[in-house]
Amino acid sequence: MPADFISNLYVFILAGFVGFEVIRRVSPLLHTPLMSLTNALDAIVVVAAIIIAGRHETRLTTILGAIAVAASFSNMVGGFLITDRMLRMFKSRSKQQ
Amino acid sequence: MTAFDLQQYLDFAYIAAVVLFILSLKFLSSPTTARMGVLAGEIGAALAVIATLFTPGLHEYRWILIPLMIGAGVGVPLGLVHMTAVPQRTALSHAFGALSAAMIGIAEYYVGTAPVTRFEMGEIALEVIIGSLTFTGSLIAAGKLQEILPQRPIVYRGQNIVSLSVLAGAIGLAVALVVNPPNALLFPIMVIVALIFGILLVTPIGGADMPTVISLLNSYAGFSAALLGFVLNSKVLVVAGALDGSSGFILSVIMCKAMNRSFANVMFGAFGQVQASAVAGKEERVVRSATAEEAASILSAANKVVIVPGYGMAVAQAQHKVRELYDALTKKGIDVRFAIHPVAGRMPGHMNVLLAEADIPYDRLVEMDEINGDLPQADVALVIGANDVTNPAARSDQSSPIYGMPIIDVDKAHTVMVIKRSMSPGFAGIDNPLYYLDQTLMLFGDAKQFVGAIVRELGGGH
Repeated sequence: MPADFISNLYVFILAGFVGFEVIRRVSPLLHTPLMSLTNALDAIVVVAAIIIAGRHETRLTTILGAIAVAASFSNMVGGFLITDRMLRMFKSRSKQQ
Repeated sequence: MTAFDLQQYLDFAYIAAVVLFILSLKFLSSPTTARMGVLAGEIGAALAVIATLFTPGLHEYRWILIPLMIGAGVGVPLGLVHMTAVPQRTALSHAFGALSAAMIGIAEYYVGTAPVTRFEMGEIALEVIIGSLTFTGSLIAAGKLQEILPQRPIVYRGQNIVSLSVLAGAIGLAVALVVNPPNALLFPIMVIVALIFGILLVTPIGGADMPTVISLLNSYAGFSAALLGFVLNSKVLVVAGALDGSSGFILSVIMCKAMNRSFANVMFGAFGQVQASAVAGKEERVVRSATAEEAASILSAANKVVIVPGYGMAVAQAQHKVRELYDALTKKGIDVRFAIHPVAGRMPGHMNVLLAEADIPYDRLVEMDEINGDLPQADVALVIGANDVTNPAARSDQSSPIYGMPIIDVDKAHTVMVIKRSMSPGFAGIDNPLYYLDQTLMLFGDAKQFVGAIVRELGGGH
């Protein structure tokens, strides 16, 4: 088994635990923004897509990479935008008065 | 600077991004800090993207910048949709996320001079299968939520056997590829079979189960990104994918608990099928109805009012009228709170967003478990567009299809008022004994008009 796999597995397991502990504390009030925010964070795959598209190794991989860049970057832009729009609407009583 | 140095700077940018991502989710624990969370996430993402543009070996910037612009062009309108459309937007973004993970996995199979090893082939195959099925599955879910596709479960005899054989086919092809990685013909067939499985997986699931499905797809999209991190040996993808995946998983578990169902039951149990017995054996029972004027006078006399909104309220676009009702009652010194069932709406937390949009303060939105203890002290429980989540049969009637599902105990309130179009049963087709209780008053009519009429009556009382 490659050494990279083992170190990635360590990272994955630790990040999974961190994710579990952090997300468990998110108020159920904000579960919809949570989903759109994690979606925007997950769109970080755009960095891998940029490398595939920019290396331009074959025509096929470049096209696949370019599609991936567009798809994930739309998630990144749209995800942050809608999350912030939603969170702006959550006001407490004292703030409204 | 040599390429080696640059790679180190890149790694530092990615580490900073990972830290900011975790902080971003941590800030989301409270509505007061949540917007800082978005900012942290944005800074992290921007850092990682900008750093990546300096990666050694990139020479075709056209193929990067044009897709980035297209992505922004698609992303901005998708970030500006109406709040009722957030569930389908979310499903669509799961589809995009899974699409890009699958595309990169596929590219990784064809890229490179050295042939992939068996181990790498296994990783790529798994990643591409999950990415592909999540892509088509999320598209179907988005179509159902947008009502382009029928919301009811589409079922046929032997469905589960067909779906599972398709999945087995995809896995079989993956195994064949691991045995012989250069077998390039099998790879596209495996992708197509996985795409078909995604369609078969979500098509039979009905609209009422969408909160669970959308969470599960969230989780799949996250784990496919994490797997991609394994394939590319990219820790930032492993971490972001693990965070997204565990978030989706936690939400799926919460949604399943809130409906007292298992994952297997949601995925393979087609909700619409088990209701045959529920309608049988129904005798004529009397219901009491009331006018807006009567409802207004009961509400004015109350000290504590609990409003139970359901998705029907959003369908009727009644949330702004509900806000007026909240204002009118609060002005009279009445304590008004909203009871939120975890599956109210079409995705986790959807009802909170709809009410927040109508400017109802979030400290008035109370979770089911918290409000249930207070309902016996409530003078009036007003149910607007909710049905099954208030059905006392879930507590008492073992033969009911929703038996065991946690509900909002509105029947414990002194008076229950239910705004409903007619006596027809709700989404799941289950009769609700709440409507026949002595303390229940039915307010027949459209939610928006009826709430508006109550508000007028309350205003006219001065």
